[in-house]
Amino acid sequence: MATDVQVQTGTEVHHEEDNSLWSWITTVDHKRIGKLYLVSAFLFFLFGGIEALLVRAQLTVPNAGFLSAQTYNELFTMHATTMIFLGVMPLSAAFFNFLIPLQIGARDVVFPRLNAFSYWVFLFGAIFIQLPFVLNLVPGLFDAPVVPDGGWFGYANQTSAKFSVGLSIDFWMIGLQIIGLASLAASFNFITTILNLRAPGMSLFRVPVFTWMAMVVNFLLAMSLPMITIGLVLLMFDRNYGTNFYSPERGGDPLLWQHLFWLFGHPEVYILILPAMGIVSEVLPTVSKKPLFGAPFVIFSGILIGFIGFGVWSHHMFTVGLGPVADAAFSITTMIIAVPTAVKIFNWLATMWGGRIVFNTAALFSISFVGLFTIGGLSGVMHASPPVDLQHQDSYFVVAHFHYVLFGGAIFGLFSGIYFYWPKMFGVMLDERMGKASWLIMFIGMNLTFFPMHFLGAQGMPRRYYTYDPGLNWELWNLVATIGAFILALGVLITTIAMIRGLLGQGEKAPADPWDGATLEWSLPTPVPHFNFQTVPTVHSDRPFWDEKHEGGPPVSQGKINEDPHKHVEMPPPSFWPIIAAFCVGMTITGFMLGGGGGEFNGGNFLNQVIFQGVFAIALLVSLLMWIKEDPTPR
Amino acid sequence: MSATAEHHHGITTTDAESHHYAALGVEHLKLAFWIFLGSDCFFFGSLIGMYMSYRGKSLVGPYPLDVFDVNITSISTFILLMSSFTMVLAVLGAKTGRRGMCLTFLLVTAACGASFVGFQIYEFNHFFHEGLTLQGNLFGSSFYTLTGFHGTHVAIGVLWLLLQAVWYTQGWIRGDEGLMVEVTGLYWHFVDIVWIVIFTIIYLLEYT
Repeated sequence: MATDVQVQTGTEVHHEEDNSLWSWITTVDHKRIGKLYLVSAFLFFLFGGIEALLVRAQLTVPNAGFLSAQTYNELFTMHATTMIFLGVMPLSAAFFNFLIPLQIGARDVVFPRLNAFSYWVFLFGAIFIQLPFVLNLVPGLFDAPVVPDGGWFGYANQTSAKFSVGLSIDFWMIGLQIIGLASLAASFNFITTILNLRAPGMSLFRVPVFTWMAMVVNFLLAMSLPMITIGLVLLMFDRNYGTNFYSPERGGDPLLWQHLFWLFGHPEVYILILPAMGIVSEVLPTVSKKPLFGAPFVIFSGILIGFIGFGVWSHHMFTVGLGPVADAAFSITTMIIAVPTAVKIFNWLATMWGGRIVFNTAALFSISFVGLFTIGGLSGVMHASPPVDLQHQDSYFVVAHFHYVLFGGAIFGLFSGIYFYWPKMFGVMLDERMGKASWLIMFIGMNLTFFPMHFLGAQGMPRRYYTYDPGLNWELWNLVATIGAFILALGVLITTIAMIRGLLGQGEKAPADPWDGATLEWSLPTPVPHFNFQTVPTVHSDRPFWDEKHEGGPPVSQGKINEDPHKHVEMPPPSFWPIIAAFCVGMTITGFMLGGGGGEFNGGNFLNQVIFQGVFAIALLVSLLMWIKEDPTPR
Repeated sequence: MSATAEHHHGITTTDAESHHYAALGVEHLKLAFWIFLGSDCFFFGSLIGMYMSYRGKSLVGPYPLDVFDVNITSISTFILLMSSFTMVLAVLGAKTGRRGMCLTFLLVTAACGASFVGFQIYEFNHFFHEGLTLQGNLFGSSFYTLTGFHGTHVAIGVLWLLLQAVWYTQGWIRGDEGLMVEVTGLYWHFVDIVWIVIFTIIYLLEYT
């Protein structure tokens, strides 16, 4: 594509890539950490997909006996938990890691070791929360269910020790606390990176839109995760030590959980979708060969969504009966938040308008994102009206709505990003024929799965029921949805195969700038050198590389790389303290598993917990001291 | 280092090569720490919201005025607030290179923090013997959780201050020592300010 300019030709760096396992464990390189996030998140995404297929298989026909009610509860709980916390969020984090420093002209994130620490804490928590599936395979190990089965929302007081006996909820609540810590640490790192490591001349409105959306998302994470963490801590105290926070018989109020959960849960919705919106805002202008239409509006809309996102949580709770004033207020804010979202839709449409669109795989995913997300957005804003919401609450209509937003939206956007940025990340092109086939099959499968759910919901089919009786007129659309789900899975499988081939290095070698991009990351050679930028460029516009190539703007690309750039560029050395510290943090939080008393305080268990946690807290302190001693320079 | 406001306007590429170059004009560590404190506000905010929504909702006693002794808590509050003053002096010492002053006031601040924690342990012990337990009623659950969360913050702060004093004397910190002490101070002041809010809503409101 970039026929006229090949600035990077002849700038191949001699790359003595160390690919040993040890080098990956100790890496502090944001590009490698991004790749680790991408691969692990995609594996969890596939795992969550299999759980969804099992759920759909059970619902194919009325009164199917494929799964027991208990297994069904476990699968829909873990499907949502896996997809949200272990699939979409870390897939977004993969792009944050890889792209933010490259887009703003930095050599790494501000705190590279903290970045590695975030990844390892995430991985620890992810494995921890999936561990019950493995434990479940050992017969007779536990007499009560051990796989989380309380729904991803874990409503109190169903999660109390009285109504959820066994360790299932404990794995869920402690796993989420560990994963939350990883996202919190990462958010401080990314926000500081974006604000402080921008290349000279890159004012805030010259920051690429993806990085802007990443900043909004990380502010949302920093402010919303504390609320669910406190909610989970209170739940943990209730289950472990017999406190009264969610027990109505002792004056507690289960609604407190709903407020704390949705105060996190609604910003979380934007945490899931804004990174995909950022990717689409990079892909559509590039494939349309036009600047993003009204880029400041897209950025301001993202900021506005972030702000209002904190003021709409009670629309998840209209059926609670908070009263007409609260319902009216949250109804209005929910309608308002649709406005900045719609602004973005029109910006993307106007970006494509009159452009000579290159219909590659990334473009197809991004364009269908706009359509599918709009459908999900429209069915969403319907629920801003409490009377409508009362009808649809807990029905398949809601399932249809958020899968259009999260699958048609977030996943399609992230898949677009995978096809778009893969060449820069891994140095080979993903197979375009496979990509287009994957897109077409996923597009058909996605609509076949989720569109009929609108009908099912409108006909009154409730969510989370493991089976249904014949004669309710639900047979046809359930069958169609299941067929659609397996078609969808085929589409995902094709992309998975394309990615595996890419990881094995098969396929066309990627040029440095395959799509004729506008921003700094495309000005770098592929593979990107360890230090990213030999000379940090000075930026004069919001599309610096485009200007250099097509508008005669000042050069930002690197030109000839010195024979030994390491002489000039000092990069942080690898470190194994992040993984050690992450392990100690994870184990310290895991210690709460020992303190359980089945809703009563149990002195012996508490003592075990304190000893276990004490050991790992001291180990954590030592590893943090070594961490500081390794590089004692405050930045 | 070079990341001061004066350098911000005349940035050159050479400046940008430095690890210490900060586009916003605030040191990386300090900026990240401010964001952490913003996040910590939401931790405390959630707990304070919980406490307020459960205030007066206990079905059985003991109730706040059955156990509170506001005089003792006022003394410990005064000690904690004064430690903010000594923390400022420690930061001043670090910034102006008066090592002895910095070290002395780091230790004084740590001592104030430790005595606050001591007061809290005494208070918890006293309340427990008055019959206020974590499990007994809503007031007990919410009181111990909120003040315990804050007390943990103070205890971590004391540990941090002591480690800071060790680093400082051993010369562990390279480069900008003052920045490190200043960030320690940010944490300490935050913990103090939060206590003012907690003291007001838990104790003072009961006497209105």
